[in-house]
Amino acid sequence: MPITWPVALSEDIRDLISNFSGVEGSVLRALQTIQGTFGYVPDDALDTVAEVCNVSRAEVYGVFTYYSDFRSTVPAPNVVRVCIAEACQAAGSAELVSALKSELGLDVHARTRSGEVEVSPVFCLGNCALGPAALVNDRLLGRTTVAKIRAELGSQA
Amino acid sequence: MSDATLVFVPRDAAAISVGADEVAQRIKDEASRRGLSVRVIRNGSRGALWLEPLVEVATMDGRVGYGPVTPADVDSLFDSGFLAGTDHALSIGVVENHSWFSRQSRLTFARVGIIDPLSVDDYQSHGGLAALRKALSMSPEAVVDEVTSSGLRGRGGAGFPAGIKWKTALQTSATQKYICCNADEGDSGTFADRMLMEGDPFTLIEGMIIAGLAVGATQGLIYIRSEYPNAIATMRAAILLATEFKILGRDVLGSGRAFEIEVRVGAGSYVCGEETAMLESIEGNRGVVRAKPPLPAIEGLFGKPTVINNVMTLASVPWILNAGAAAYRDFGTGRSRGTQVFQLAGNIARGGIVELALGVSLLELIEGFGGGTRSGRPVKTAQVGGPLGSYLPTSAFDVSMDYESLIAIGGMLGHGGVVVFDDTVNMANQARFAMEFCVEESCGKCTPCRIGSVRGVETIDKIVAGERRQENVELLLDLCEVMTDGSLCAMGGLTPLPVKSALDHFPADFGIEKVLGGAHGITS
Repeated sequence: MPITWPVALSEDIRDLISNFSGVEGSVLRALQTIQGTFGYVPDDALDTVAEVCNVSRAEVYGVFTYYSDFRSTVPAPNVVRVCIAEACQAAGSAELVSALKSELGLDVHARTRSGEVEVSPVFCLGNCALGPAALVNDRLLGRTTVAKIRAELGSQA
Repeated sequence: MSDATLVFVPRDAAAISVGADEVAQRIKDEASRRGLSVRVIRNGSRGALWLEPLVEVATMDGRVGYGPVTPADVDSLFDSGFLAGTDHALSIGVVENHSWFSRQSRLTFARVGIIDPLSVDDYQSHGGLAALRKALSMSPEAVVDEVTSSGLRGRGGAGFPAGIKWKTALQTSATQKYICCNADEGDSGTFADRMLMEGDPFTLIEGMIIAGLAVGATQGLIYIRSEYPNAIATMRAAILLATEFKILGRDVLGSGRAFEIEVRVGAGSYVCGEETAMLESIEGNRGVVRAKPPLPAIEGLFGKPTVINNVMTLASVPWILNAGAAAYRDFGTGRSRGTQVFQLAGNIARGGIVELALGVSLLELIEGFGGGTRSGRPVKTAQVGGPLGSYLPTSAFDVSMDYESLIAIGGMLGHGGVVVFDDTVNMANQARFAMEFCVEESCGKCTPCRIGSVRGVETIDKIVAGERRQENVELLLDLCEVMTDGSLCAMGGLTPLPVKSALDHFPADFGIEKVLGGAHGITS
């Protein structure tokens, strides 16, 4: 389903992660909780996490930038992730990537956004015998074609 | 409802990716339209992913399979009377008798695809919890001895004897110990951990509790990668059920012993599959590799003794306790005992899970089970053991798939993934990708990995462009040696495997004639 994320207000963020206060080693989970709720981690949320988890902002920033899942901008309502790892390469992921570019104007490697859809590459979705694999929002696809992605976006819209 | 026909449609993510949900819905709708009494059970996948969605019907003769089924096929299945197991163009007959399954030795995957993954009753009626009950009556030392003498080695890739790791943790005294299950299955071409967690999660829970009893740990954690939402949801649901049924909790099966499990989710970092990086990540930090020693079994999570095992390792433990160490040891070859859950992936006609005794030939896996390429073109190479494994030429396909034999030919077994490529692949591209992947995923702690991978990409580009080819090949080999010998963990240490194997076996793709393996000399 295309996702409509709620607006991230700083007081909501504080409430959301208040249960991590005093819990050892909870920076990563606090960030995951924020992104899971709002779709991204707003810049001022890093300060809130630092305060709640009682660590420096630098430490929080370090964790935030280390993991590729985290993002600092609101995602498009539809997010398509295309697997570019070896097993999907063997099954034609490069062809899928170039077809997405020519047919839908979406460049996986450049992580482009076009209207309601954004694309990005991913290393392995665990669907390696049915490649190329892609994830359209929360829906995993196998033997993926542009037509399948288009149909999935259409059925979810 | 007692005479309802049982129809099985997998709930595995791979099956769903090719339409299993839609097929299940169509079957329910069509049954009610026709006034037929049908109960649809969402099982795990049997692992024949080329047959997914594989629909099964329970009959007097056993479970008859039909696949791959699309929603459009459902009408004709009903018309032909598939609820009685009748013949149909998509029928594969009784699933267990199908040669793709009957030739396998399913120990770790014994229940996957057969039971309802979230039914404790189903689990117990298929032999579940017997091993845990047995372990509760044994001393910790006896459990560790059983695992040690089974010969079970770490199935995550490193192949370290599980029993020795457990013994170290058992002998280290501490106020708190942990069992960490590594479910950060980031290797492309591997999906066994995911399928077990989605298809038989209680086996993993049972294995973890047994490990806890064996080493004196009361807390377990499962670190699952974020790319596996279905596995995360199934595992969490199974943990709730296990707690409700008093399998987990303060009083495991009324024994007075405690064990609890928590799921932790990764955040898109490949290197967090390395055990010490995983510990850092669970502690909420950047997933940067730690230097060893200290061994995690002595000083692991939050500085406490921690047993870190892969999903497959822990999920094999219940079978070993049930059947005995000797029965497990009977499978396998040399120092590689037991079975390996091989995963056939990439450009392959019949991809999926093949569980067999260690020692089967790669050729048997790729041709005998896999049926060659899906494209129908000749096989050019197979990458064995994930992104850090070697690209093997077809001339090496007679290799015995066990830890030692693969090392002997410059490869590694890894997590048991086999990715097949046809003759359209360019191996210089694959070598470049291996370095690029290392650039992307290096944790950055050690220089050979962080900088070496960047230089590797540049050097391969120069070789392909024909720029001072001979000198750059020598430079690349030298760089590989530095990465192998100087990196802190397998990320930088093994990236040279796919690079060097591509160069050794397919020099023409780099525009050169021949590389003399390891001698740093080329003739071209």
